[in-house]
Amino acid sequence: MRRLTVILGVCVALGLAAFWLLSAPTQLPDADLAALDGHEPDLQNGENLFWVGGCASCHAAPDAEGDARAVLSGGLALESPYGVFGVPGISPDPETGIGGWSFADFANAMKRGVSPDGRHYYPSFPYASYAKMTLTDLADLWAYLQRMPVPENAAVIPETELAFPFNMRRGIGLWKRVYLNEAPVIADDVLGDDPVLARGRYLVEGAGHCGECHSPRNIGLAMDGSRWLAGAPNPEGEGRVPNITDHPDGLADWTEDDIAYGLESGFTPAFDSMGGSMASVVKNFANAAAEDRAAIAAYLKAIPPLPDG
Amino acid sequence: MLLRTLTIAATMLATGATVSIAQDDPIAERQEAMKTMGRSMRVLVPMARGQADYDAEAALAAFVQMNDAAQNYGDLFPEGTETGGDTRAKPEIWTDREGFDTAVADFKEDLAMAVSADIGSLDAFRPVFGAVAQNCGDCHEDYQVPEN
Repeated sequence: MRRLTVILGVCVALGLAAFWLLSAPTQLPDADLAALDGHEPDLQNGENLFWVGGCASCHAAPDAEGDARAVLSGGLALESPYGVFGVPGISPDPETGIGGWSFADFANAMKRGVSPDGRHYYPSFPYASYAKMTLTDLADLWAYLQRMPVPENAAVIPETELAFPFNMRRGIGLWKRVYLNEAPVIADDVLGDDPVLARGRYLVEGAGHCGECHSPRNIGLAMDGSRWLAGAPNPEGEGRVPNITDHPDGLADWTEDDIAYGLESGFTPAFDSMGGSMASVVKNFANAAAEDRAAIAAYLKAIPPLPDG
Repeated sequence: MLLRTLTIAATMLATGATVSIAQDDPIAERQEAMKTMGRSMRVLVPMARGQADYDAEAALAAFVQMNDAAQNYGDLFPEGTETGGDTRAKPEIWTDREGFDTAVADFKEDLAMAVSADIGSLDAFRPVFGAVAQNCGDCHEDYQVPEN
């Protein structure tokens, strides 16, 4: 009996040790970051990525409009089926934002979901998509973010309150091992060698993080690549997030031009106007490069059409 | 000017007729009002995008239609119409009435501006259209459930 207890204890200890090792936050290789040394930031590219990436939708003050959407003070309470996430500030303020960060801190947050103090971020911060961005683009975005206005007043950041087991932050390390990678969702042979489609894929799957809401999640709560962009329940409440594949359930009736104009204006071909979180996404995309809106539209028409997911 | 007056009179008659039919069903009535907005947008958007030739009379008629349909829009969300009839109205309309009323008032203000603005040329029309169209997304963001 005593022997059994010892064996059991050893097993539990080994299990805990394995969990601890496998769930540890990992960082980008120093050599990858060093390759960016001396990079001359392209601020126009940084700004375009800021709008495509939709940073303001979550990180601006919750009711900010117009120029105030550039003040990234945080404070939104992001609702989800797992609980509420309090969104932090990302302004250049060292106290309430990320002014004290290095580029390596920023790149590890965006591509590895790891904070400067070595903790996992929750994937509500869509690094599962941002991981597919290039380090060069992140360097440009980082340079742009550092030039954003500092908030005059500190925002009140809501408490993050999640249900068990989602409140076990360390467990995210295991989730990342399975689901966090830089490989494209739609393979090269589907898209051919059209550079516009490649650009569209890069923007949709990476910075644009469209799949975070428009793709159903699998059993591990990661974006399901086999039902890519086929629509999903609205994570923030009522209704569904639409299917945006080229299927009768999705955008089959839309031309590429309709999609590009929809991203710019918020109007559907039926002249309804996109509501919910998409209204905010459109405000961002209105500021993005017209050829990027067109590339996104081309990609959405090129990927496999799927019925509602 | 005469044409403008006639256009306004004709659309007021037309929308007046719709309103009187649907008076006891606020959900149907507000959905009809939104369809009127959609019909006007069908005229306005292609002109704003440069896909259709600019027609100042048609643009004015569309703005007048929207303006008329917006007049009692805020009254079409009484207590007890939170659900039913495929409504996509979000509960926030009732929990944040003040915000909703402000959004409707902003929309009406921009429409009042549009029906009295000089929109004789496409260049003059575009910013007026932009100001009106901005309201759609602003309001739907907070007060309308996504489609589908």
